[in-house]
Amino acid sequence: MFYWLQKNLPRIVISPSFAVILWFVYGFIIWTFYVSFTKSKMLPRYDFWGIQQHFRLWSNMRWYTAVENLLIFTVLFVVLCILIGILLAILLDQKIRTEGFLRTIYLYPMALSFIVTGTAWKWILNPTLGIQKLFRDLGFTDFTFDWLVNREMSIYTIVIAAVWQSSGFVMALFLAGLRSVDDEIIKAAKIDGAGLYSIYITIILPMLRPVFMSSIVILIHISIKSYDLVIALTAGGPGTSSDMPAVFMTQMAFHRSEIGMASASAVMMFLTVLAIIVPYLYSELRRQDASR
Amino acid sequence: MLKQVLISTAGFLFATAVSLSPAMAGGEAEVLHWWTSGGEAAALKVLKDDFAGNGGTWKDMPVAGGGGDAAMQTLKARVVAGDPPTAAQIKGPSIQEWDDEGVVGPPYHVDAVAKAQNWDSLLSAQVANHMKCDGFTKYCAAPVNIHRIDWFWANKKVLDAHGLTMPTSWDEFNAAASKLQAAGIIPLAHGSQPWQDATVFEAVALGVGGNEFYQKAIVELNMDALSGATMVKVFDQMRTLQGFTDEGAPGRDWNVATGMVMEGKAAFQIMGDWAKGEFTNAGLKPGIDYYCLPTPSDHGYLYNVDSFIFYSMDGKSKIEGQKLLGSLMMGKNFQKVFNLYKGSIPARLDVPMDEFDMCAKGSAADLNYSAMTGGLQPSFAHGMALRLAQKGAIQDVVTEHFNSNMSSHEATRRLAQAVKASL
Amino acid sequence: MQAADPQLQALERSTSHKRTFYRWLLFLILGVFGIYYLTPMYVMIITSLKSMEEIRQGNLMTLPKEIIFDAWKIAWSGRGYDAGDVFLRPFFWNSTKMVIPAVFLSTFLGALNGYALTKWRFKGDNMVFLLFLFGCFIPYQAILLPMARTLGMLGISNSITGLVVVHTVYGLSFTTLFFRNYYVSISDEIIKSARIDGAGFFKIFFKVLLPISSPIIVVTVIWQFTNIWNDFLFGSSFSFGEAAPIQVALNNMVLTSTSVKQYNVDMAAAFIAGFPTLIVYILAGKYFIRGLTAGSVKG
Repeated sequence: MFYWLQKNLPRIVISPSFAVILWFVYGFIIWTFYVSFTKSKMLPRYDFWGIQQHFRLWSNMRWYTAVENLLIFTVLFVVLCILIGILLAILLDQKIRTEGFLRTIYLYPMALSFIVTGTAWKWILNPTLGIQKLFRDLGFTDFTFDWLVNREMSIYTIVIAAVWQSSGFVMALFLAGLRSVDDEIIKAAKIDGAGLYSIYITIILPMLRPVFMSSIVILIHISIKSYDLVIALTAGGPGTSSDMPAVFMTQMAFHRSEIGMASASAVMMFLTVLAIIVPYLYSELRRQDASR
Repeated sequence: MLKQVLISTAGFLFATAVSLSPAMAGGEAEVLHWWTSGGEAAALKVLKDDFAGNGGTWKDMPVAGGGGDAAMQTLKARVVAGDPPTAAQIKGPSIQEWDDEGVVGPPYHVDAVAKAQNWDSLLSAQVANHMKCDGFTKYCAAPVNIHRIDWFWANKKVLDAHGLTMPTSWDEFNAAASKLQAAGIIPLAHGSQPWQDATVFEAVALGVGGNEFYQKAIVELNMDALSGATMVKVFDQMRTLQGFTDEGAPGRDWNVATGMVMEGKAAFQIMGDWAKGEFTNAGLKPGIDYYCLPTPSDHGYLYNVDSFIFYSMDGKSKIEGQKLLGSLMMGKNFQKVFNLYKGSIPARLDVPMDEFDMCAKGSAADLNYSAMTGGLQPSFAHGMALRLAQKGAIQDVVTEHFNSNMSSHEATRRLAQAVKASL
Repeated sequence: MQAADPQLQALERSTSHKRTFYRWLLFLILGVFGIYYLTPMYVMIITSLKSMEEIRQGNLMTLPKEIIFDAWKIAWSGRGYDAGDVFLRPFFWNSTKMVIPAVFLSTFLGALNGYALTKWRFKGDNMVFLLFLFGCFIPYQAILLPMARTLGMLGISNSITGLVVVHTVYGLSFTTLFFRNYYVSISDEIIKSARIDGAGFFKIFFKVLLPISSPIIVVTVIWQFTNIWNDFLFGSSFSFGEAAPIQVALNNMVLTSTSVKQYNVDMAAAFIAGFPTLIVYILAGKYFIRGLTAGSVKG
């Protein structure tokens, strides 16, 4: 008995958490899948209706806008955050005296909620109140910066604000990665005559592969979930031009009595996450096991 | 020993339970609403005080934002959890939509109050019908006011300075607006949020299309009307109006737009009569500083009745709370005081109007006239005409058209398509 | 990169002009980004110190002519109206009551899970970890309704307790991830020698592992504290009225349906609501980076 207990203690310890996750994550996902096959409107109903809701979803113009915006947003958001993050991390790593101060400045937006971020940026980007007015007041009367109210550009304002909020965090991840790189490697390369630029490109950055990977995963999860920021900044407008899947789903489920169709869109989001994350995680775990 | 402990524990628990449960006499009420500031909050306070004065316990449950969008999340979570609030700010066909889900009743406790106080005789048939569940037979909600939607709010000084009077047709409006625009004034103060675009759209649909067209297309969702030539004309006028707005319009809050009219930066705004509160707060007077006149139409009147729905409840004190709330909301004095604050007019027909201002008096007179001529129509933008899915489908197309360069024909085609898909 | 050896010093002296140029370029780039990050905060603060009159007439970058703290007072303790007076003070305390137990519980359970998953490996542990991880990626709006049903069945649908449960549950995925990645990088030898000394599962956890976990505990606590404090969705769905957390109150303040928009009060309120997390980042930012260095980024 004692032996059994000792052998299985780790499993026993983890099982309450695991049970909770099974119910609150997987139980709820299964619930959502099921509801996407029902005629649910105002409240969930459970009589099977086939794949009608998925057809309806894919014949909805707004959904296409949302998916397209998600693609634009994710690519730009991930790429910009990583580029800015790497650049700032490398520059901060050059033994400069004000590092602590600058790091805090770059990192603090992460502390704010998306509601606060959206409120502040909405104001700065507003053509009649913010930057555009500022420049026109300064005498540049032709200056135009109207992305927030321009339906072709509104999605990019969300990128600007989101990058503002999250790139500092990516900087922190890369800075931490750089700090764990052995200085001896850099010294040795310098003595061999390699320039700083090529040292970073050919030696250090490839060593930071895990950091790239965790940054990408974290950023993608933020972009798929992004809801608060869109609501606070553009509310999906002008028109429906800056719609995103999470916004679409919330509106359908809670403001439109289209819980069935909302669930169908949630299913699409789950499947996207699954397709991106699971292969990555699996390969990472295999790799770690191999290197143990 | 053990027995003693058990008994004393039970006694203690019982005592706590009793002391924690609020005053049983007048019942308890937890009211979900999104009236958190200014005149609306002051108006609601009248009800709170009334409720407390009758021995009830009021738990406030405000969730502001997006004309109740945020509150809907809260409300659904509560209903699904099996613990709905005593009353919630729900209006229009949504009331029947909730009833279809079986969470409102039977037994529809408020109906007893309504029968006893004979609400049928106090309300117009149209308003009364909105409040009824179970196939429009039993009261399950109480109305507190009637807002008119199709208003022009205009800065009198600006109009006077340019020798203009209030337009009586859309063509006149277009001419006046062009003149103002040439003079460097923003003709139409507008916030291009979906619900505001929809507000303008329904005023235009009623004016350009006429009462019968509005009834057919927007209320009955007749496919021929939705996709016909009249609808194209409506979208044409929307495009014209868009040209009269400024570039800061997208995403602007409605009260900021009202502020532009007050300051004289802009001349007109199309908005429901809650906008009056902004003028009143700034100390401006109707007829002297600003005009409040209906948008051009054939004696049409778009109404929005704010109401509270009463969900199915367990527990005596909650049911008592619902009954008390229902009877207080329909009280004559409450309907008067509340609407003086709110800018709307009473839903009860027998409330004297002499303390109200000229906008409210005009609204009450027009209401009676339009009810006789068939011009009295439910507002689609404010959820009085359609269920949420259809309302949303139309709103999507309207706001997409207004904020892009989509042609009127294309918008009309998409409108019919979207409505069909939402049914 | 301490330039200690003579070879390197010589190398660097020969390029000292170039170095000065790069040094300036470096500070220029860092400075430009500094402005990008600081501008919104600057706008928020100066706006909160202006009067409404000045906001309407001036532009958003100019400093206030006269510094006024009225907006801050109104945001924190109200105007003294007896109706429709929303202010933040009472809700601040609600959030505190919710955040502390939720952060503690999720961090503790995450540590325990990470420990069990790495130091006492069992068959299928990687699969279990993978299943945990997927919880990080759930769009929360999708699970709101089944969550409400579950909380209703547990009888905690409208309470701080309910919110603590929700935040603990959805924090578990993140905390387990953090601690697992940290403990993976800690040598198994420590554990082995402790086991030879006769220490059991819990003794090793509390006496050996927890004392050396402070870097990752800091990271986890900061992460959880920020997320839970800033949450609006769960707060507005599962708690109401006087029990609401501060973000819901902020929303009620900022998104009022009538009356003139008081930008200065909005900005002051937004700042107050974000204050605790800001302080945490400013004071503990150093430890945050250190904690990340200590292993949580190893993928």
